[in-house]
Amino acid sequence: MSLHTLEVARPPLSPAAGFSPAIELENVTRRFLTPDGKSMTALRDFTMTVDRGEFACVVGPTGCGKSTTLNLVTGLARPSAGEVRVMGGPVSGIHEDVGFVFQADALFPWRSVLDNVAAGPIYRGLSKARAYEKARDWIARVGLSRFEKHYPHQLSGGMRKRVALAQTFINEPKILLMDEPFSALDVQTRTLMQNELLDLWSGSGASVVFVTHDLEEAVALADKVYVLTAGPATVKSVYRIDLPRPRVMEEIRYDSAFVEQCRVIWDDLRQEVQIGQQRTLDTGH
Amino acid sequence: MSMPAHAVSAPSTAAPRAIPTEAEIEAKARARIKARRTLVISLRIAILVAVLGIWEIGAETGFIDPFFFASPSGIADQIWIWMTEGTSQGPLWTQILVTLEETVLGFIIGAVGGVVCGILLGRNKLLADVFSIYIKIANSIPRVVLGSIFIIALGLGMPSKVALAVVMVFFVVFANAFQGVREADRAMIANAQILGASPFQITTTVIIPSAMSWILASLHVSFGFALVGAVVGEFLGAKQGVGLLIATAQGAFNANGVFAAMIILAVLALVMEFLITLVENRLVKWRPVPFNEQN
Ligand SMILES: Nc1ncnc2c1ncn2[C@@H]1O[C@H](COP(=O)(O)OP(=O)(O)OP(=O)(O)O)[C@@H](O)[C@H]1O
Ligand SMILES: [Mg+2]
Repeated sequence: MSLHTLEVARPPLSPAAGFSPAIELENVTRRFLTPDGKSMTALRDFTMTVDRGEFACVVGPTGCGKSTTLNLVTGLARPSAGEVRVMGGPVSGIHEDVGFVFQADALFPWRSVLDNVAAGPIYRGLSKARAYEKARDWIARVGLSRFEKHYPHQLSGGMRKRVALAQTFINEPKILLMDEPFSALDVQTRTLMQNELLDLWSGSGASVVFVTHDLEEAVALADKVYVLTAGPATVKSVYRIDLPRPRVMEEIRYDSAFVEQCRVIWDDLRQEVQIGQQRTLDTGH
Repeated sequence: MSMPAHAVSAPSTAAPRAIPTEAEIEAKARARIKARRTLVISLRIAILVAVLGIWEIGAETGFIDPFFFASPSGIADQIWIWMTEGTSQGPLWTQILVTLEETVLGFIIGAVGGVVCGILLGRNKLLADVFSIYIKIANSIPRVVLGSIFIIALGLGMPSKVALAVVMVFFVVFANAFQGVREADRAMIANAQILGASPFQITTTVIIPSAMSWILASLHVSFGFALVGAVVGEFLGAKQGVGLLIATAQGAFNANGVFAAMIILAVLALVMEFLITLVENRLVKWRPVPFNEQN
Protein backbone atom coordinates (compact mmCIF):
# COMPACT_ATOMS: atom_id res chain seq x y z
CA MET A 1 0.00 0.00 0.00
CA SER A 2 1.51 3.23 -1.07
CA LEU A 3 1.48 6.10 1.35
CA HIS A 4 0.01 8.35 -1.28
CA THR A 5 -3.28 6.51 -1.19
CA LEU A 6 -3.68 6.86 2.55
CA GLU A 7 -5.18 10.28 2.66
CA VAL A 8 -5.13 13.48 0.71
CA ALA A 9 -2.22 15.68 1.53
CA ARG A 10 -2.81 18.08 4.35
CA PRO A 11 -3.47 21.50 2.87
CA PRO A 12 -0.34 23.62 3.22
CA LEU A 13 -0.77 25.61 6.38
CA SER A 14 0.16 28.94 4.90
CA PRO A 15 -0.51 31.78 7.28
CA ALA A 16 -3.97 33.18 6.91
CA ALA A 17 -4.10 36.83 6.08
CA GLY A 18 -3.34 38.93 9.11
CA PHE A 19 -1.51 36.10 10.87
CA SER A 20 2.19 36.51 11.35
CA PRO A 21 4.44 33.46 11.14
CA ALA A 22 5.00 31.59 14.40
CA ILE A 23 8.77 32.08 14.42
CA GLU A 24 10.90 34.54 12.52
CA LEU A 25 14.66 34.94 12.80
CA GLU A 26 15.93 37.84 10.75
CA ASN A 27 19.64 38.26 10.04
CA VAL A 28 20.41 36.97 13.51
CA THR A 29 23.99 36.83 14.72
CA ARG A 30 25.01 35.30 18.01
CA ARG A 31 28.51 35.59 19.42
CA PHE A 32 30.00 33.89 22.45
CA LEU A 33 32.91 34.96 24.56
CA THR A 34 35.28 32.02 24.70
CA PRO A 35 37.06 31.26 27.99
CA ASP A 36 40.25 32.92 26.71
CA GLY A 37 38.39 36.18 26.11
CA LYS A 38 38.03 35.94 22.32
CA SER A 39 34.75 36.39 20.55
CA MET A 40 33.35 33.38 18.69
CA THR A 41 30.50 33.61 16.21
CA ALA A 42 28.07 30.70 16.46
CA LEU A 43 25.33 32.08 14.19
CA ARG A 44 25.82 34.58 11.38
CA ASP A 45 23.13 36.25 9.33
CA PHE A 46 20.68 33.56 10.19
CA THR A 47 17.24 33.93 8.63
CA MET A 48 14.45 31.44 9.11
CA THR A 49 10.67 31.50 9.13
CA VAL A 50 8.34 28.87 10.53
CA ASP A 51 4.65 29.23 9.78
CA ARG A 52 1.88 28.40 12.19
CA GLY A 53 1.25 24.68 12.29
CA GLU A 54 4.38 23.95 10.30
CA PHE A 55 6.88 21.23 11.16
CA ALA A 56 10.42 22.43 10.46
CA CYS A 57 13.49 20.29 10.89
CA VAL A 58 17.01 21.65 11.25
CA VAL A 59 20.01 19.56 10.28
CA GLY A 60 23.65 20.53 10.33
CA PRO A 61 27.06 19.30 11.38
CA THR A 62 27.71 18.88 15.09
CA GLY A 63 28.65 22.05 16.94
CA CYS A 64 27.44 24.34 14.16
CA GLY A 65 24.88 26.21 16.27
CA LYS A 66 21.61 24.31 16.23
CA SER A 67 21.00 24.37 19.98
CA THR A 68 22.00 28.04 20.00
CA THR A 69 19.25 28.78 17.46
CA LEU A 70 16.62 27.14 19.64
CA ASN A 71 17.82 28.99 22.73
CA LEU A 72 17.29 32.28 20.89
CA VAL A 73 13.68 31.36 20.17
CA THR A 74 12.97 30.45 23.81
CA GLY A 75 14.35 33.76 25.02
CA LEU A 76 16.91 32.00 27.23
CA ALA A 77 19.58 33.72 25.11
CA ARG A 78 19.61 37.03 23.29
CA PRO A 79 20.85 37.63 19.75
CA SER A 80 23.97 39.78 19.40
CA ALA A 81 22.44 41.33 16.29
CA GLY A 82 19.29 40.87 14.26
CA GLU A 83 15.80 40.17 15.44
CA VAL A 84 13.89 37.17 16.74
CA ARG A 85 10.10 37.32 16.66
CA VAL A 86 7.63 34.82 18.10
CA MET A 87 3.97 35.04 17.14
CA GLY A 88 4.70 38.38 15.54
CA GLY A 89 6.17 39.99 18.65
CA PRO A 90 9.85 40.45 19.51
CA VAL A 91 11.19 37.95 22.03
CA SER A 92 11.76 39.46 25.45
CA GLY A 93 12.20 36.83 28.10
CA ILE A 94 10.57 33.46 28.06
CA HIS A 95 7.47 33.21 25.90
CA GLU A 96 4.57 31.31 27.41
CA ASP A 97 3.58 29.71 24.11
CA VAL A 98 6.92 27.95 23.82
CA GLY A 99 7.61 24.37 24.86
CA PHE A 100 11.06 22.82 24.78
CA VAL A 101 12.15 19.21 24.79
CA PHE A 102 15.81 19.18 25.76
CA GLN A 103 18.75 17.38 24.24
CA ALA A 104 19.81 16.17 27.68
CA ASP A 105 17.57 14.63 30.31
CA ALA A 106 15.92 17.55 32.11
CA LEU A 107 13.28 15.82 34.23
CA PHE A 108 13.26 16.57 37.94
CA PRO A 109 14.70 13.42 39.53
CA TRP A 110 13.10 14.10 42.93
CA ARG A 111 9.61 14.16 41.48
CA SER A 112 7.49 11.21 40.45
CA VAL A 113 6.27 10.94 36.86
CA LEU A 114 2.95 12.47 37.88
CA ASP A 115 4.59 15.41 39.63
CA ASN A 116 6.97 15.94 36.73
CA VAL A 117 4.16 16.14 34.21
CA ALA A 118 2.00 18.31 36.47
CA ALA A 119 4.86 20.79 37.03
CA GLY A 120 4.02 23.12 34.14
CA PRO A 121 0.34 23.73 34.97
CA ILE A 122 1.16 24.17 38.66
CA TYR A 123 3.89 26.69 37.83
CA ARG A 124 1.35 28.52 35.71
CA GLY A 125 -1.11 28.79 38.56
CA LEU A 126 -3.55 25.95 37.92
CA SER A 127 -4.97 24.33 41.07
CA LYS A 128 -3.25 21.11 42.14
CA ALA A 129 -6.36 19.00 41.62
CA ARG A 130 -6.88 20.28 38.06
CA ALA A 131 -3.18 19.96 37.26
CA TYR A 132 -3.03 16.33 38.40
CA GLU A 133 -6.17 15.52 36.49
CA LYS A 134 -4.64 16.97 33.35
CA ALA A 135 -1.33 15.26 34.05
CA ARG A 136 -3.01 11.85 34.39
CA ASP A 137 -4.65 12.41 31.04
CA TRP A 138 -1.32 13.20 29.37
CA ILE A 139 0.47 10.34 31.08
CA ALA A 140 -2.21 8.04 29.70
CA ARG A 141 -1.71 9.49 26.23
CA VAL A 142 1.98 8.61 26.27
CA GLY A 143 1.11 5.18 27.67
CA LEU A 144 2.69 5.45 31.10
CA SER A 145 -0.36 5.21 33.38
CA ARG A 146 1.14 2.27 35.25
CA PHE A 147 4.23 4.30 36.07
CA GLU A 148 2.87 7.56 37.41
CA LYS A 149 4.30 6.93 40.89
CA HIS A 150 7.75 5.98 39.60
CA TYR A 151 10.73 8.27 39.83
CA PRO A 152 12.66 9.06 36.63
CA HIS A 153 15.61 6.85 37.59
CA GLN A 154 13.24 3.88 37.72
CA LEU A 155 12.25 4.32 34.07
CA SER A 156 13.98 3.35 30.85
CA GLY A 157 15.41 6.00 28.54
CA GLY A 158 12.46 5.77 26.17
CA MET A 159 9.98 6.13 29.01
CA ARG A 160 11.81 9.18 30.31
CA LYS A 161 11.56 10.78 26.87
CA ARG A 162 7.83 10.12 26.89
CA VAL A 163 7.52 11.79 30.27
CA ALA A 164 9.43 14.75 28.82
CA LEU A 165 7.00 14.90 25.89
CA ALA A 166 3.99 14.79 28.21
CA GLN A 167 5.59 17.42 30.45
CA THR A 168 5.98 19.74 27.47
CA PHE A 169 2.69 19.02 25.69
CA ILE A 170 0.58 19.50 28.81
CA ASN A 171 1.20 23.24 28.55
CA GLU A 172 -0.28 23.12 25.05
CA PRO A 173 2.55 25.10 23.49
CA LYS A 174 1.87 26.81 20.19
CA ILE A 175 5.56 26.56 19.45
CA LEU A 176 7.35 23.34 20.12
CA LEU A 177 11.14 23.30 20.09
CA MET A 178 12.89 19.96 20.20
CA ASP A 179 16.65 19.53 20.44
CA GLU A 180 17.65 16.08 19.22
CA PRO A 181 15.01 14.59 21.49
CA PHE A 182 15.33 11.01 20.28
CA SER A 183 19.03 10.76 19.53
CA ALA A 184 19.75 8.70 22.66
CA LEU A 185 17.12 6.05 21.83
CA ASP A 186 17.46 2.77 20.00
CA VAL A 187 16.04 2.56 16.47
CA GLN A 188 12.79 0.76 17.32
CA THR A 189 11.95 3.06 20.21
CA ARG A 190 12.84 6.06 18.11
CA THR A 191 10.44 5.04 15.34
CA LEU A 192 7.74 4.54 17.94
CA MET A 193 8.39 7.93 19.48
CA GLN A 194 8.39 9.63 16.08
CA ASN A 195 4.93 8.23 15.38
CA GLU A 196 3.79 9.30 18.80
CA LEU A 197 5.17 12.78 18.25
CA LEU A 198 3.39 13.14 14.91
CA ASP A 199 0.17 11.97 16.55
CA LEU A 200 0.45 14.47 19.37
CA TRP A 201 1.45 17.22 16.99
CA SER A 202 -1.31 16.65 14.42
CA GLY A 203 -3.92 17.18 17.10
CA SER A 204 -2.28 20.28 18.50
CA GLY A 205 -1.78 22.65 15.57
CA ALA A 206 1.57 23.68 17.02
CA SER A 207 4.55 24.88 15.02
CA VAL A 208 7.57 22.68 15.53
CA VAL A 209 11.28 23.25 15.17
CA PHE A 210 12.96 19.88 15.45
CA VAL A 211 16.74 19.73 15.56
CA THR A 212 18.35 16.46 14.59
CA HIS A 213 21.56 15.06 13.19
CA ASP A 214 19.61 12.28 11.51
CA LEU A 215 18.67 13.39 8.01
CA GLU A 216 16.17 10.57 7.46
CA GLU A 217 14.39 11.50 10.64
CA ALA A 218 14.23 15.10 9.45
CA VAL A 219 12.81 14.23 6.03
CA ALA A 220 10.33 11.75 7.51
CA LEU A 221 8.92 14.23 10.00
CA ALA A 222 9.15 17.65 8.41
CA ASP A 223 7.27 19.96 6.11
CA LYS A 224 10.49 21.89 5.66
CA VAL A 225 14.13 20.96 6.22
CA TYR A 226 16.77 23.58 6.93
CA VAL A 227 20.36 22.63 6.15
CA LEU A 228 22.86 24.69 8.09
CA THR A 229 26.48 25.38 7.21
CA ALA A 230 29.35 24.27 9.43
CA GLY A 231 29.83 26.94 12.13
CA PRO A 232 29.23 29.85 12.10
CA ALA A 233 25.84 28.61 11.06
CA THR A 234 23.79 30.21 8.35
CA VAL A 235 20.98 28.63 6.40
CA LYS A 236 22.58 26.85 3.46
CA SER A 237 19.38 25.69 1.84
CA VAL A 238 15.75 24.98 2.60
CA TYR A 239 13.86 21.97 1.25
CA ARG A 240 10.13 21.59 1.20
CA ILE A 241 9.03 18.01 1.86
CA ASP A 242 5.76 17.25 0.16
CA LEU A 243 5.27 13.69 1.31
CA PRO A 244 1.62 13.16 2.21
CA ARG A 245 0.42 12.98 5.78
CA PRO A 246 -0.37 11.17 7.94
CA ARG A 247 3.01 9.53 7.66
CA VAL A 248 3.86 6.15 9.13
CA MET A 249 7.48 5.97 10.13
CA GLU A 250 7.90 2.21 9.61
CA GLU A 251 6.77 2.51 6.00
CA ILE A 252 7.96 5.88 4.84
CA ARG A 253 11.58 4.85 4.67
CA TYR A 254 10.78 2.50 1.76
CA ASP A 255 8.92 5.20 -0.15
CA SER A 256 10.80 6.11 -3.32
CA ALA A 257 10.01 9.82 -3.08
CA PHE A 258 11.37 9.79 0.45
CA VAL A 259 14.58 8.05 -0.58
CA GLU A 260 15.09 10.51 -3.41
CA GLN A 261 14.61 13.52 -1.11
CA CYS A 262 17.10 12.13 1.36
CA ARG A 263 19.67 11.61 -1.35
CA VAL A 264 19.34 15.17 -2.64
CA ILE A 265 19.60 16.75 0.81
CA TRP A 266 22.41 14.46 1.88
CA ASP A 267 24.53 15.58 -1.08
CA ASP A 268 24.06 19.11 0.20
CA LEU A 269 24.68 18.33 3.85
CA ARG A 270 27.69 16.10 3.25
CA GLN A 271 29.91 18.98 2.16
CA GLU A 272 29.18 20.84 5.39
CA VAL A 273 29.79 17.78 7.52
CA GLN A 274 33.15 17.33 5.80
CA ILE A 275 34.06 20.98 6.37
CA GLY A 276 33.09 20.57 10.02
CA GLN A 277 35.16 17.42 10.41
CA GLN A 278 38.14 18.96 8.65
CA ARG A 279 37.97 21.93 10.99
CA THR A 280 37.83 19.72 14.07
CA LEU A 281 40.88 17.82 12.86
CA ASP A 282 42.76 21.06 12.12
CA THR A 283 42.10 22.70 15.45
CA GLY A 284 42.47 19.44 17.35
CA HIS A 285 39.28 19.56 19.36
CA MET B 1 24.12 -32.80 17.34
CA SER B 2 20.36 -32.92 17.71
CA MET B 3 18.62 -33.61 20.95
CA PRO B 4 15.84 -36.20 20.88
CA ALA B 5 12.49 -34.58 21.46
CA HIS B 6 11.57 -36.85 24.36
CA ALA B 7 14.67 -35.90 26.38
CA VAL B 8 12.91 -32.88 27.77
CA SER B 9 10.16 -34.96 29.33
CA ALA B 10 12.34 -37.83 30.43
CA PRO B 11 13.62 -37.09 33.92
CA SER B 12 15.51 -40.39 34.05
CA THR B 13 18.12 -39.03 31.63
CA ALA B 14 18.15 -35.53 33.13
CA ALA B 15 21.07 -34.26 35.18
CA PRO B 16 21.14 -35.75 38.68
CA ARG B 17 21.10 -32.30 40.32
CA ALA B 18 17.59 -30.82 40.46
CA ILE B 19 17.25 -27.24 39.26
CA PRO B 20 16.48 -25.10 42.35
CA THR B 21 13.16 -23.33 42.37
CA GLU B 22 12.76 -19.59 42.72
CA ALA B 23 11.75 -19.98 46.38
CA GLU B 24 14.79 -22.07 47.18
CA ILE B 25 17.10 -19.49 45.61
CA GLU B 26 15.48 -16.73 47.61
CA ALA B 27 15.64 -18.69 50.85
CA LYS B 28 19.32 -19.40 50.24
CA ALA B 29 20.06 -15.73 49.54
CA ARG B 30 18.21 -14.68 52.69
CA ALA B 31 20.11 -17.20 54.77
CA ARG B 32 23.40 -15.92 53.34
CA ILE B 33 22.52 -12.30 54.15
CA LYS B 34 21.52 -13.26 57.68
CA ALA B 35 24.70 -15.26 58.27
CA ARG B 36 26.78 -12.34 57.12
CA ARG B 37 24.96 -9.90 59.38
CA THR B 38 25.49 -12.19 62.37
CA LEU B 39 29.18 -12.42 61.53
CA VAL B 40 29.59 -8.64 61.32
CA ILE B 41 27.78 -8.05 64.61
CA SER B 42 29.70 -10.73 66.48
CA LEU B 43 33.02 -9.37 65.20
CA ARG B 44 32.04 -5.89 66.35
CA ILE B 45 31.16 -7.16 69.84
CA ALA B 46 34.35 -9.19 69.98
CA ILE B 47 36.48 -6.15 69.21
CA LEU B 48 34.69 -4.05 71.85
CA VAL B 49 35.12 -6.76 74.47
CA ALA B 50 38.78 -7.22 73.57
CA VAL B 51 39.63 -3.52 73.78
CA LEU B 52 37.75 -2.98 77.04
CA GLY B 53 39.16 -6.22 78.46
CA ILE B 54 42.76 -5.33 77.67
CA TRP B 55 42.23 -1.85 79.03
CA GLU B 56 40.68 -3.18 82.26
CA ILE B 57 43.32 -5.89 82.78
CA GLY B 58 46.08 -3.38 82.01
CA ALA B 59 44.65 -1.03 84.62
CA GLU B 60 44.35 -3.84 87.24
CA THR B 61 47.88 -5.04 86.72
CA GLY B 62 49.28 -1.51 86.66
CA PHE B 63 50.46 -1.86 83.06
CA ILE B 64 48.21 1.14 82.26
CA ASP B 65 48.14 3.76 84.99
CA PRO B 66 44.44 4.23 85.82
CA PHE B 67 45.21 7.60 87.42
CA PHE B 68 46.04 9.07 84.01
CA PHE B 69 44.19 6.81 81.64
CA ALA B 70 41.20 5.73 83.73
CA SER B 71 39.73 2.23 83.48
CA PRO B 72 36.45 0.91 82.07
CA SER B 73 35.13 -0.08 85.47
CA GLY B 74 36.14 3.30 86.91
CA ILE B 75 34.32 5.10 84.09
CA ALA B 76 31.22 2.93 84.59
CA ASP B 77 31.34 3.67 88.31
CA GLN B 78 31.62 7.37 87.61
CA ILE B 79 28.62 7.38 85.30
CA TRP B 80 26.64 5.35 87.82
CA ILE B 81 27.50 7.78 90.65
CA TRP B 82 26.53 10.75 88.46
CA MET B 83 23.28 9.10 87.57
CA THR B 84 22.31 8.09 91.10
CA GLU B 85 23.86 10.79 93.28
CA GLY B 86 24.14 13.66 90.83
CA THR B 87 27.24 15.67 89.99
CA SER B 88 28.86 18.47 91.97
CA GLN B 89 26.83 20.90 89.78
CA GLY B 90 23.49 19.18 90.29
CA PRO B 91 21.72 16.24 88.63
CA LEU B 92 23.39 14.69 85.58
CA TRP B 93 20.21 15.04 83.51
CA THR B 94 20.24 18.79 84.00
CA GLN B 95 23.80 18.97 82.69
CA ILE B 96 22.95 16.87 79.64
CA LEU B 97 19.80 18.87 78.98
CA VAL B 98 21.65 22.18 79.19
CA THR B 99 24.35 21.04 76.75
CA LEU B 100 21.78 19.50 74.46
CA GLU B 101 19.70 22.67 74.43
CA GLU B 102 22.72 24.81 73.58
CA THR B 103 23.78 22.40 70.86
CA VAL B 104 20.38 22.01 69.24
CA LEU B 105 19.67 25.75 69.35
CA GLY B 106 23.07 26.54 67.86
CA PHE B 107 22.66 23.80 65.29
CA ILE B 108 19.24 24.98 64.14
CA ILE B 109 20.15 28.67 63.99
CA GLY B 110 23.47 27.97 62.28
CA ALA B 111 21.98 25.50 59.80
CA VAL B 112 19.04 27.70 58.84
CA GLY B 113 21.31 30.72 58.53
CA GLY B 114 23.82 28.75 56.48
CA VAL B 115 21.18 27.39 54.13
CA VAL B 116 19.52 30.78 53.63
CA CYS B 117 22.80 32.60 53.02
CA GLY B 118 24.10 29.80 50.81
CA ILE B 119 21.02 29.92 48.59
CA LEU B 120 21.00 33.72 48.50
CA LEU B 121 24.63 33.95 47.46
CA GLY B 122 24.37 30.93 45.21
CA ARG B 123 21.50 32.54 43.30
CA ASN B 124 22.98 36.03 43.13
CA LYS B 125 26.26 36.38 41.30
CA LEU B 126 26.97 39.91 42.52
CA LEU B 127 26.41 39.08 46.19
CA ALA B 128 28.56 36.00 45.76
CA ASP B 129 31.41 37.93 44.17
CA VAL B 130 31.31 40.65 46.84
CA PHE B 131 30.99 38.44 49.90
CA SER B 132 33.05 35.42 48.90
CA ILE B 133 36.30 37.06 50.03
CA TYR B 134 34.93 37.85 53.50
CA ILE B 135 33.54 34.39 53.91
CA LYS B 136 36.88 32.91 52.99
CA ILE B 137 38.57 35.08 55.61
CA ALA B 138 36.00 34.30 58.29
CA ASN B 139 36.29 30.63 57.49
CA SER B 140 40.06 30.62 57.92
CA ILE B 141 39.88 32.09 61.44
CA PRO B 142 40.10 29.35 64.09
CA ARG B 143 36.56 29.95 65.23
CA VAL B 144 36.86 28.31 68.63
CA VAL B 145 38.80 31.38 69.75
CA LEU B 146 35.63 33.38 69.28
CA GLY B 147 34.32 31.49 72.32
CA SER B 148 36.32 33.78 74.60
CA ILE B 149 34.82 36.86 72.94
CA PHE B 150 31.32 35.46 73.28
CA ILE B 151 31.82 34.75 76.98
CA ILE B 152 33.10 38.28 77.56
CA ALA B 153 30.24 39.77 75.56
CA LEU B 154 27.34 37.44 76.41
CA GLY B 155 28.28 36.19 79.87
CA LEU B 156 28.51 32.75 81.43
CA GLY B 157 24.94 31.74 80.55
CA MET B 158 23.52 29.88 77.60
CA PRO B 159 23.71 32.59 74.88
CA SER B 160 27.51 32.54 74.63
CA LYS B 161 27.51 28.74 74.05
CA VAL B 162 24.74 28.96 71.50
CA ALA B 163 26.64 31.69 69.69
CA LEU B 164 29.78 29.58 69.48
CA ALA B 165 27.79 26.58 68.25
CA VAL B 166 26.14 28.77 65.60
CA VAL B 167 29.49 29.98 64.34
CA MET B 168 30.82 26.43 64.20
CA VAL B 169 27.83 25.20 62.20
CA PHE B 170 27.14 28.16 59.94
CA PHE B 171 30.19 28.01 57.70
CA VAL B 172 30.04 24.30 57.03
CA VAL B 173 26.36 24.41 56.08
CA PHE B 174 26.80 27.64 54.15
CA ALA B 175 29.67 26.26 52.06
CA ASN B 176 27.70 23.15 51.18
CA ALA B 177 24.45 24.95 50.42
CA PHE B 178 26.32 27.38 48.19
CA GLN B 179 28.06 24.57 46.34
CA GLY B 180 24.79 22.66 46.02
CA VAL B 181 23.06 25.67 44.46
CA ARG B 182 25.92 26.18 42.06
CA GLU B 183 25.84 22.56 40.95
CA ALA B 184 22.11 22.64 40.17
CA ASP B 185 21.69 21.39 36.64
CA ARG B 186 21.41 24.19 34.07
CA ALA B 187 19.16 22.19 31.75
CA MET B 188 16.80 21.47 34.62
CA ILE B 189 16.58 25.14 35.55
CA ALA B 190 15.97 26.09 31.91
CA ASN B 191 13.30 23.40 31.72
CA ALA B 192 11.50 24.82 34.76
CA GLN B 193 11.77 28.34 33.34
CA ILE B 194 10.20 27.31 30.06
CA LEU B 195 7.49 25.32 31.82
CA GLY B 196 6.54 28.61 33.43
CA ALA B 197 8.29 28.77 36.81
CA SER B 198 8.94 32.16 38.39
CA PRO B 199 12.39 32.80 39.92
CA PHE B 200 10.94 32.08 43.36
CA GLN B 201 9.38 28.82 42.15
CA ILE B 202 12.69 27.86 40.61
CA THR B 203 14.40 28.38 43.93
CA THR B 204 11.87 26.35 45.89
CA THR B 205 11.20 23.55 43.41
CA VAL B 206 14.50 23.14 41.58
CA ILE B 207 17.40 24.78 43.42
CA ILE B 208 16.60 23.67 46.96
CA PRO B 209 15.76 20.05 46.09
CA SER B 210 18.91 19.67 44.02
CA ALA B 211 21.04 21.27 46.75
CA MET B 212 19.38 19.07 49.35
CA SER B 213 21.86 16.20 49.23
CA TRP B 214 24.72 18.66 49.73
CA ILE B 215 22.95 20.35 52.61
CA LEU B 216 22.06 17.07 54.31
CA ALA B 217 25.64 15.87 54.00
CA SER B 218 26.79 18.99 55.83
CA LEU B 219 24.17 18.54 58.56
CA HIS B 220 25.73 15.22 59.53
CA VAL B 221 29.11 16.78 60.23
CA SER B 222 27.83 20.00 61.60
CA PHE B 223 25.85 18.52 64.46
CA GLY B 224 29.18 17.29 65.80
CA PHE B 225 30.56 20.80 65.32
CA ALA B 226 27.65 22.30 67.24
CA LEU B 227 28.37 19.92 70.11
CA VAL B 228 32.04 20.90 70.07
CA GLY B 229 31.02 24.58 70.11
CA ALA B 230 28.70 24.14 73.07
CA VAL B 231 31.17 22.01 75.08
CA VAL B 232 34.14 24.28 74.39
CA GLY B 233 31.99 27.26 75.38
CA GLU B 234 31.14 25.56 78.66
CA PHE B 235 34.74 24.64 79.11
CA LEU B 236 35.79 28.28 78.79
CA GLY B 237 33.33 29.43 81.41
CA ALA B 238 29.90 28.24 82.50
CA LYS B 239 27.69 27.43 85.44
CA GLN B 240 26.18 24.26 84.00
CA GLY B 241 26.66 21.64 81.31
CA VAL B 242 28.70 18.61 80.33
CA GLY B 243 31.62 20.81 79.30
CA LEU B 244 31.83 22.19 82.81
CA LEU B 245 31.70 18.62 84.09
CA ILE B 246 34.82 17.89 82.05
CA ALA B 247 36.54 21.06 83.27
CA THR B 248 35.76 20.16 86.88
CA ALA B 249 36.95 16.57 86.44
CA GLN B 250 40.13 17.85 84.83
CA GLY B 251 40.74 20.22 87.74
CA ALA B 252 40.40 17.31 90.18
CA PHE B 253 42.67 15.04 88.10
CA ASN B 254 39.69 12.74 87.69
CA ALA B 255 40.46 10.90 84.41
CA ASN B 256 37.42 8.66 84.91
CA GLY B 257 35.23 11.77 85.00
CA VAL B 258 36.66 13.12 81.72
CA PHE B 259 36.11 9.81 79.96
CA ALA B 260 32.62 9.44 81.44
CA ALA B 261 31.62 12.87 80.13
CA MET B 262 33.13 12.01 76.77
CA ILE B 263 31.03 8.88 76.52
CA ILE B 264 27.90 10.84 77.40
CA LEU B 265 28.68 13.29 74.60
CA ALA B 266 29.35 10.47 72.15
CA VAL B 267 25.96 8.92 72.94
CA LEU B 268 24.30 12.30 72.40
CA ALA B 269 26.01 12.71 69.04
CA LEU B 270 25.08 9.19 67.93
CA VAL B 271 21.42 9.64 68.85
CA MET B 272 21.25 12.91 66.92
CA GLU B 273 23.07 11.38 63.96
CA PHE B 274 20.44 8.66 63.92
CA LEU B 275 17.63 11.23 63.96
CA ILE B 276 19.23 13.22 61.13
CA THR B 277 19.57 10.05 59.07
CA LEU B 278 15.86 9.37 59.61
CA VAL B 279 14.99 12.85 58.36
CA GLU B 280 17.37 12.46 55.44
CA ASN B 281 15.84 9.17 54.34
CA ARG B 282 12.44 10.79 54.31
CA LEU B 283 13.63 13.77 52.30
CA VAL B 284 15.61 11.98 49.62
CA LYS B 285 13.61 8.84 49.09
CA TRP B 286 13.67 9.58 45.37
CA ARG B 287 17.38 8.85 45.19
CA PRO B 288 18.41 5.73 43.28
CA VAL B 289 19.89 2.90 45.32
CA PRO B 290 23.62 2.59 44.59
CA PHE B 291 24.35 -0.44 42.44
CA ASN B 292 26.36 -2.19 45.13
CA GLU B 293 23.39 -2.07 47.53
CA GLN B 294 20.87 -3.40 45.05
CA ASN B 295 19.90 -7.02 45.34
N1 LIG C 1 27.65 29.37 26.43
C1 LIG C 1 28.56 29.25 25.44
N2 LIG C 1 29.76 29.86 25.54
C2 LIG C 1 30.67 29.77 24.57
N3 LIG C 1 30.48 29.07 23.44
C3 LIG C 1 29.31 28.42 23.26
C4 LIG C 1 28.29 28.47 24.26
N4 LIG C 1 27.24 27.74 23.83
C5 LIG C 1 27.60 27.23 22.62
N5 LIG C 1 28.84 27.66 22.27
C6 LIG C 1 29.53 27.35 21.03
O1 LIG C 1 28.67 27.61 19.96
C7 LIG C 1 28.80 26.61 18.96
C8 LIG C 1 27.46 26.03 18.65
O2 LIG C 1 26.97 25.31 19.75
P1 LIG C 1 25.60 24.54 19.74
O3 LIG C 1 25.39 23.94 21.07
O4 LIG C 1 24.54 25.44 19.23
O5 LIG C 1 25.89 23.39 18.67
P2 LIG C 1 24.91 22.28 18.10
O6 LIG C 1 24.73 22.56 16.66
O7 LIG C 1 23.69 22.19 18.93
O8 LIG C 1 25.78 20.96 18.25
P3 LIG C 1 25.30 19.46 18.58
O9 LIG C 1 24.68 18.91 17.34
O10 LIG C 1 26.57 18.76 18.89
O11 LIG C 1 24.35 19.53 19.73
C9 LIG C 1 29.79 25.57 19.49
O12 LIG C 1 31.02 25.79 18.83
C10 LIG C 1 29.92 25.90 20.94
O13 LIG C 1 31.25 25.70 21.36
MG1 LIG D 1 22.95 20.78 20.36
